Amino acid sequence: MFVAEGSFLHADLDSFFASVAQRDDPSLRGKPVVVGGGIVLAASYEAKAHGVRTAISTRVARRLCPDLIEVPPTFTAYVDASHAVFEVFRDITPLVEGISIDEAFLDVGGLRRTGRTPSQIGAELRRRVKVEVGLPISVGIAASKFLAKIASAASKPDGLLSVPVGSELDFLHPLPVEALWGVGKVTAGKLHERGIGTVGQLARLDRETLVSIVGPGGRHLHEVSNARDPRRVEVGRRRRSIGSQRAIGRGRHTAEELDATLISLVDRVTRRLRAGERVGRTFTLRLRFEDMTRATRSRTVRRSGAGTDAWLATGRELLAEARPLIADRGLTLLGISISGLDESDTEQLELPFDTREPSQLDGALDAVRDKFGSSSITRGVLVGRDPGFEAPLLPDTPKGRAR
Amino acid sequence: MKLVVDRDVLAEAVTWAVRGLSNRPPVPVLAGVLLDANDEGLTLSAFDYEVSAKVTVDAQVDEPGQVLVLGRLLAEISRSLPNKPVTINADGHKVEVTCGSSRFSLQQMPTADYPTLPTAPEPTGAIAGDVFTQAVSQVAIAADKSDTLPILTGVRLQIEGDKLSLLATDRYRLALRELTWNPTESDADQVALIPARTLSDTAKALGASGSVQIALGSAAGGEGLVGFEAGQRRTTTRLLDGEYPKVTSIFPTSVDTVSVIETSALTEAVKRVSLVAERNTPVRLRFSEGQVAIEAGQGDDAQASEAVEATLTGPELEIAFNPQFLLDGLGAIGTSFARMSFTQPSRPAVLSGQAEADGDADESYRYVLMPVRFAS
Repeated sequence: MFVAEGSFLHADLDSFFASVAQRDDPSLRGKPVVVGGGIVLAASYEAKAHGVRTAISTRVARRLCPDLIEVPPTFTAYVDASHAVFEVFRDITPLVEGISIDEAFLDVGGLRRTGRTPSQIGAELRRRVKVEVGLPISVGIAASKFLAKIASAASKPDGLLSVPVGSELDFLHPLPVEALWGVGKVTAGKLHERGIGTVGQLARLDRETLVSIVGPGGRHLHEVSNARDPRRVEVGRRRRSIGSQRAIGRGRHTAEELDATLISLVDRVTRRLRAGERVGRTFTLRLRFEDMTRATRSRTVRRSGAGTDAWLATGRELLAEARPLIADRGLTLLGISISGLDESDTEQLELPFDTREPSQLDGALDAVRDKFGSSSITRGVLVGRDPGFEAPLLPDTPKGRAR
Repeated sequence: MKLVVDRDVLAEAVTWAVRGLSNRPPVPVLAGVLLDANDEGLTLSAFDYEVSAKVTVDAQVDEPGQVLVLGRLLAEISRSLPNKPVTINADGHKVEVTCGSSRFSLQQMPTADYPTLPTAPEPTGAIAGDVFTQAVSQVAIAADKSDTLPILTGVRLQIEGDKLSLLATDRYRLALRELTWNPTESDADQVALIPARTLSDTAKALGASGSVQIALGSAAGGEGLVGFEAGQRRTTTRLLDGEYPKVTSIFPTSVDTVSVIETSALTEAVKRVSLVAERNTPVRLRFSEGQVAIEAGQGDDAQASEAVEATLTGPELEIAFNPQFLLDGLGAIGTSFARMSFTQPSRPAVLSGQAEADGDADESYRYVLMPVRFAS
């Protein structure tokens, strides 16, 4: 019997950080483990069985699961594991679109001629990741990217689910609306208010009605709830912005404290820009206040750049302008992002007004940090400050560069 | 107040006086132009706290007096009047402007609220109008157009005895013009940072006169001002405040490669080739014996190349520039030949002019241009 299969694979590592911890320490296997400090960054399936979820506080998690074992994050191990997993992906097909450090889309349509079905390829992928990297990974297979992602989520933990061509709606329509990518708490709430609980009910609404309920995003929901998603796997897709943020707690913060936080954020983001050989044009400052409301302030500069000094100056201007707002509403989170990204293979150099050249300083600091770790060298104002949580990220590889 | 004035004379004077006025000034009276009919004729003044302008023109004054009317409106009216004598007559709260059979009635604004203009400055020295206009235009192109660093939107004017220099930079290029002028005192020593846009406008408006007088420091009627006067036109401008970057280290102390190229040939070639240079991408210049090859575009993008005859002294060199920055400099040197001096592809290049292909370099104007680093 021949069942036609979709050619898109969505491969997603299960409880990535927790799985790495269990892999590296056999005594943790089979036990409820969370990775984090203060908040849960990842929970093992044993912990999830007790209701422990990502992003809740570890205090709450311990209440849910008294036997809980907490381990601190080991980010270099995650980055190494991610590299190894992506190596496996790329060994299977060059058509790999990384979504984040622990998930990717693969287009295996071209492999039909090898005589293997997508399910066989998916099974091989899971076996190789298990054997070569030692981690469980779930795979969803479908004729579109979004459906493959839903299938992988439905197959977890450590599973494989293929949605055969022609039976997409049979699979999709009984699912709750929350299963759709892009339906969060707010949208789900609006739909539930109108008695819409499943994707099937959603699909029966006409497009205009859906737009009137959830806004412009309704057009997209209408398409995907009818299993229409024409997107291809994009290889070498690069980030459109690079950002970082820090929660700084409640209470008054002095101008010096805010400045130090800004410095550490700018240091981190510009270093990532330079590592990806990119330059940016727009700086956005993100603020969250004590009442949980948010504001952003952004500025576009005339020439793209990746230099720490120039972006810090822009950031300080924006922060200074936001000072009355901060004094009024109390700041609890400071974030920045740099967008309008371009390849930096060309760069307009600046006249050497100072004997000290900032770009040389940036390059030297980057080299030291690449070799000895990001905490090996820091600014005087940041000495003794908590560098904050630095999440590992999918490497942003410069174009035309082999990893 | 009652007077009769020639239509062209009025139109030109009002247009010049109100050129800097804002449509929405911080204080309403600052949108006005002050008309003062006196023994010398008609004096028009405008002031927005940054820039003041004052011009006196011949007029037949029948009755002296002062009125304040909307400046831009009067400028538009006077420009569109037929070519006949214009009568201006203050009548109660109105000002009547009549010309042939056209008649306008304008609202008077309260003169009591109008600020006093900075006093007429005593000149620090004088310079030929055409020389001044050219020098300002050569330098102002390099001033920063954005205002990320306000001091860089200015032109730095420095006076040392009979030497006057104008300098501007936006961090990517720097233009320096040095010339001699006629100071009132032989030991004059002043530095002023003048907003580039205002200076350009002023130089264009005053340059047609034979001689422009410049007043700096206390002579300008107060610190923080510069005054210019030519013929019957006087203008003052508020100076920019702040420390200008140290620029002495910018000029390379040594030169490795020098090339002399016909200015117009190079300009045309760069314009053509840069058509394919997309945003942020440079034109690449490869200097070798007898020619410079100009290229733009790479990889999958459109590409263009062209070669121009050039002399070469020193080692061959490949360097890349923002095409507009290069064209700005080539347009500013004002000589038949362009002389380009280099050290390394990542170091500043110096562009200057010379009259003949094998003549001497004219270093009265230097345009320092920072290259674009590119992956080859």
